[in-house]
Amino acid sequence: MAFKHTEYAGWGRALRASGTVARPDRASLLAALDPAPAFGMRRSYGDAALNHGGRAIDMSGLDRFLAFDAETGILELEAGVRIGEVAAAFAPRGFLPAVMPGTGFATVGGCIAQDVHGKNHHHAGSFGAHVAEITLWQSGTLVPVLPGTPLFRATVGGLGQTGAIVSAKLRLVPCKGTVMLVTERRARDWNHHLSLLDSSTATYTVGWIDATATGASLGRGIVEEGEVARGLVKKRAKAAKVPMDAPHFALSAPIVRAFNAAYYARVPAAGRTVVRPMADFFFPLDKILDWNRLYGKRGFHQFQCVVPLGAAGALRAMLDRIATSGLASPLAVLKRMGPGRAGYLSFPMEGYTLAVDFPNRAAARDLIRALEADTAEAGGRLYFAKDALAEGARIRAMYPELPAWQQEVAKADPARAYETDLVRRLNLRNA
Amino acid sequence: MQNWIMQHWVVLGAGSDMARPFLRRLAGEGASLFLAGRTAADLETLAQDLRLRGAAAAEVMAFDARDAADYPALVARLAACEGVLNAASFVGSMPDQAAIDADPGLIAGVIADNFTGPATFLSLLAPVLEARGTGVVVGVGSVAGDRGRVGNYVYGAAKAAFATYLSGLRNRLGRKGVHVMTVKPGPVETRMTAGMKLPFMTTPEAVAEDILQGIAKRRNEIYTAKIWFLIMRVICHIPEPIFKKLSI
Ligand SMILES: Cc1cc2nc3c(=O)[nH]c(=O)nc-3n(C[C@H](O)[C@H](O)[C@H](O)COP(=O)(O)OP(=O)(O)OC[C@H]3O[C@@H](n4cnc5c(N)ncnc54)[C@H](O)[C@@H]3O)c2cc1C
Repeated sequence: MAFKHTEYAGWGRALRASGTVARPDRASLLAALDPAPAFGMRRSYGDAALNHGGRAIDMSGLDRFLAFDAETGILELEAGVRIGEVAAAFAPRGFLPAVMPGTGFATVGGCIAQDVHGKNHHHAGSFGAHVAEITLWQSGTLVPVLPGTPLFRATVGGLGQTGAIVSAKLRLVPCKGTVMLVTERRARDWNHHLSLLDSSTATYTVGWIDATATGASLGRGIVEEGEVARGLVKKRAKAAKVPMDAPHFALSAPIVRAFNAAYYARVPAAGRTVVRPMADFFFPLDKILDWNRLYGKRGFHQFQCVVPLGAAGALRAMLDRIATSGLASPLAVLKRMGPGRAGYLSFPMEGYTLAVDFPNRAAARDLIRALEADTAEAGGRLYFAKDALAEGARIRAMYPELPAWQQEVAKADPARAYETDLVRRLNLRNA
Repeated sequence: MQNWIMQHWVVLGAGSDMARPFLRRLAGEGASLFLAGRTAADLETLAQDLRLRGAAAAEVMAFDARDAADYPALVARLAACEGVLNAASFVGSMPDQAAIDADPGLIAGVIADNFTGPATFLSLLAPVLEARGTGVVVGVGSVAGDRGRVGNYVYGAAKAAFATYLSGLRNRLGRKGVHVMTVKPGPVETRMTAGMKLPFMTTPEAVAEDILQGIAKRRNEIYTAKIWFLIMRVICHIPEPIFKKLSI
């Protein structure tokens, strides 16, 4: 097993790295590797999973289910398992991961290290709340980490800085079937959108937002509510693949506006309820492999913030800034979050979260920087899984438990062997 | 392959990167699996994974391509299974050609891993399959077997031997209702190729998909990625006086 020279990038492809990467396919091979930061499927948009000029360990080859107890619903598995594979294998047997992010390609290690949230965050909390145990590889030994300990809180959402996550035990939740009953409703404008999100009692709720609509239509979108159900639907179509980098006009403003208008009108004014394959609801974009290439060679950025409930007005102003800029892409999401977070550096806070994609251009980078300042002023927070541009001091101030994290990380990795580009760029480990 | 329950599969080289997604697809369909390979402890972890993914059963068999002493016992174990018996071979090894040039003693091992080992096993299994009059045999060769190239001609020679063997086995077993399919992958992203950027590379997942499609359509020979069929037609048509000067 050796480190091989590789050029690689974050999901947004705007930030890249050149370094050596090893991809062990069994845990026993870790012993032969010099310590290095671990990454999963690099579905983080920015540089969380990059180590330019250094070594990195790709954990996606450690992808085996290890044990399952149907009494407790506890599944033990290696860190490189894709979360969508857990859903596909266990839903037919009546279990689902308690929390799933918007892509089924995220690995269990990546879900823990970013403490990801799903469309059920308002009920279920974050990923880490459903982790019963983590096994870390720390300078040559396997270390079990249990909930309730400082090391657990530093590891969950901890960006890999406490060591490589080798395996974990997840508490799966019972589910009724393998399909989703999805109710879609039009939200006419910002206020209507928030009121639909606030009043939703569904298990899974998310809003798609038309980030190009301005004026009276600002904030319009589609609110989707989902429940797991029993039933049969047509098998999911085979994934298509984007074969090459798209030309830069593919996502230009007129095309996005036209797409968004059609997407909005697709749902009848009175709303509708449809049955969908589970993966279509949870991982809508996974149907198109390598869709990040739609943004062309220069790549793209995702801006995601969360602001407290009381700062909804500030978030509306931010959306207005985005909509009038004409820079947004079709992928924009609005969601109400609950308070659940499991680590010192976890992203969630009770409030509203907004995520919008932008092609990587100077105007978009300026806009994102302005939005970061707005977020800070609103008492909100940016997400390390998405960030590529933030200013260190500002983002550090958004994480009040940073000192507690730094203390644990200093103990776990005194040699700073696990630092990544993101950790260095934002200077996260220095007090 | 309509009814997967009661389908038994013995997979040689079960620990290889290429076999893993294929095994998982079979497990997802509820098949019974025999994992044959050298690293028994790792295979036991994989067997457990496959059970958790839906395999009706998963059993590990110690199999070494360079030592046929145990093969009769393994075949006897398989013959004891009721239902449809199928076999797939993913075994193989590809040392650096430069290492082989420096030490031709390595050739015997390459031939054993890629040809004599799996062929000996399949020949012992053949009468069992013939007697059942049903089942599928999948043999994984390589595009490298289609023409000898400066970069890996010993490996290529071994894969060529295996492909010729499979073609004869197909001729023999086809008369008895057993279908034999030869698989010729181009470069696949595995540990063997880590860090290399090779043309028209495919993934083990895509190889598994192509194999299952090939079985469903009862194809005799498939290339994966499919483009390699065309590429190899071209390469095989380059006249030898020209080909011998190329380093492709
Ligand atoms: C289409 C799409 C939709 C998304 N939707 C959501 C969403 O709804 N909610 C949400 O919260 N996030 C979402 N994300 C973000 C994504 O879930 C996270 O970035 C997640 O961390 C990706 O997992 P990964 O395996 O690719 O990890 P990577 O991106 O490879 O790594 C992420 C971080 O985890 C660390 N890490 C990864 N594996 C290990 C390990 N084994 N041991 C130690 N450290 C490790 C890395 O060092 C890095 O810091 C989405 C991303 C995409 C592309």
